[in-house]
Amino acid sequence: MNTTVATGTEGKTWGGGNKPLKASYGKMMMWFFILSDALTFSAFLAAYGFSRFKFIDSWPIADEVFTHFPFLHGVEAPMYYVAFMTFVLIMSSVTMVLAVDAGHHLNKAKVTIYMFLTVIGGLIFVGSQAWEWNTFIKGEFGAVQTKGGNILQFVDTDGHRVAVADFAKVEAGQRTQHQSKNGLWFESESELPAFTMSEITKGLEAHPEVLVRTQILNAEGKKTVLSREESIKQLNENGKLFVQGANLHVNEYGSPLFADFFFFITGFHGFHVFSGVVLNIIIFFNVILGTYERRKSYEMVEKVGLYWHFVDLVWVFVFTFFYLV
Amino acid sequence: MAHEHKLEIFRGLWKFKSNTAKIWGVLAFLTFVTVIEVVLGILKPEALMGHVLGMKALNWIFIILTIVKAYYITWDFMHMRDEVKPLRRMVVWTAVFLIFYLVFILLQEGGYIESVYRTGFIKTDF
Repeated sequence: MNTTVATGTEGKTWGGGNKPLKASYGKMMMWFFILSDALTFSAFLAAYGFSRFKFIDSWPIADEVFTHFPFLHGVEAPMYYVAFMTFVLIMSSVTMVLAVDAGHHLNKAKVTIYMFLTVIGGLIFVGSQAWEWNTFIKGEFGAVQTKGGNILQFVDTDGHRVAVADFAKVEAGQRTQHQSKNGLWFESESELPAFTMSEITKGLEAHPEVLVRTQILNAEGKKTVLSREESIKQLNENGKLFVQGANLHVNEYGSPLFADFFFFITGFHGFHVFSGVVLNIIIFFNVILGTYERRKSYEMVEKVGLYWHFVDLVWVFVFTFFYLV
Repeated sequence: MAHEHKLEIFRGLWKFKSNTAKIWGVLAFLTFVTVIEVVLGILKPEALMGHVLGMKALNWIFIILTIVKAYYITWDFMHMRDEVKPLRRMVVWTAVFLIFYLVFILLQEGGYIESVYRTGFIKTDF
């Protein structure tokens, strides 16, 4: 049966068959998906900005939080690692766009190589992200959380950070963690902090060179360091809990919200990178199998490429707002 | 399907012979911008710590450089430069307007809550 209906408008502007955007359906929809995903990410980053503006005078300084570089223990290297990660992601964006370009020339060998390099770049990035998380979760110096939820850190008289483990007085006869196998089988408790408050207070009193540093930023944008008397007073009156590293409840670097947003936003971005790698691997195998060769069009590489560049694009913003600003 | 690429960036200031050459050129530029950001982030020059429009001058520089990078990633890596104007506007302006609105509202309100804390209606230092 012939289903074509003649309307008399063929060839006119509204006669159908026009492609005003000169882009294929798939590519256009990828753009619109990217647009909506961009709005999601900007909502997250704007929420981060909201919380940061709320605590503008006590927000953690990123340079003091991310100071580590793999294999360089004890060396203060703020930014270098994340700069490296940024470069890896930009580089994998370049290999991706080179793959797209090779696809336009229907050059299967080149597309294969470039897709492979893109996947490798993505994997290096996700691995680096995992390392960054691990370092952040473990923490380094430890700190004390106050009743009000503020964080007290410890510094020496030169302003260098001091680890709690280096001055706390370890006391005998501390209670151990209640485990269901040793006590009531139906009751359990979470892991006890490594130091009790009395161990830390006594340690502080015994070490005259150790001072308390609060989260409040002074006029020069540095964290306020209390005097000796104030340090002891503050710790005695308000100190509540020893915290080491960061999780969703506590954060030794400052406001717990900082850790929450860090986990959520870099986590969501990392998830995008991961799914991008999976998509790239699928495309990579399709290229090897010659699917696009037979199709005489490598547009699929282009569409996944758009997504991959978008992941890079988001990282550029995450880099700025978490590490630079 | 023809794949014509516009082979010049910086409004024709930098022309390339092929699309591949343009990709490497854009990479060089993006790396250059990132290096500037990292160097500024480590040095934090005293001259840029003054406040401009409610934020440190250095932070404004970072944000502007980020948008510059975003522009070149979108325009040259994602080939937005080669798309027709309506598609470009549909994607870019939608994002720009919504993001500006959202960021403005949230930062404004965050600043207001901070002022409530600061003026002592709520005790936070304990």
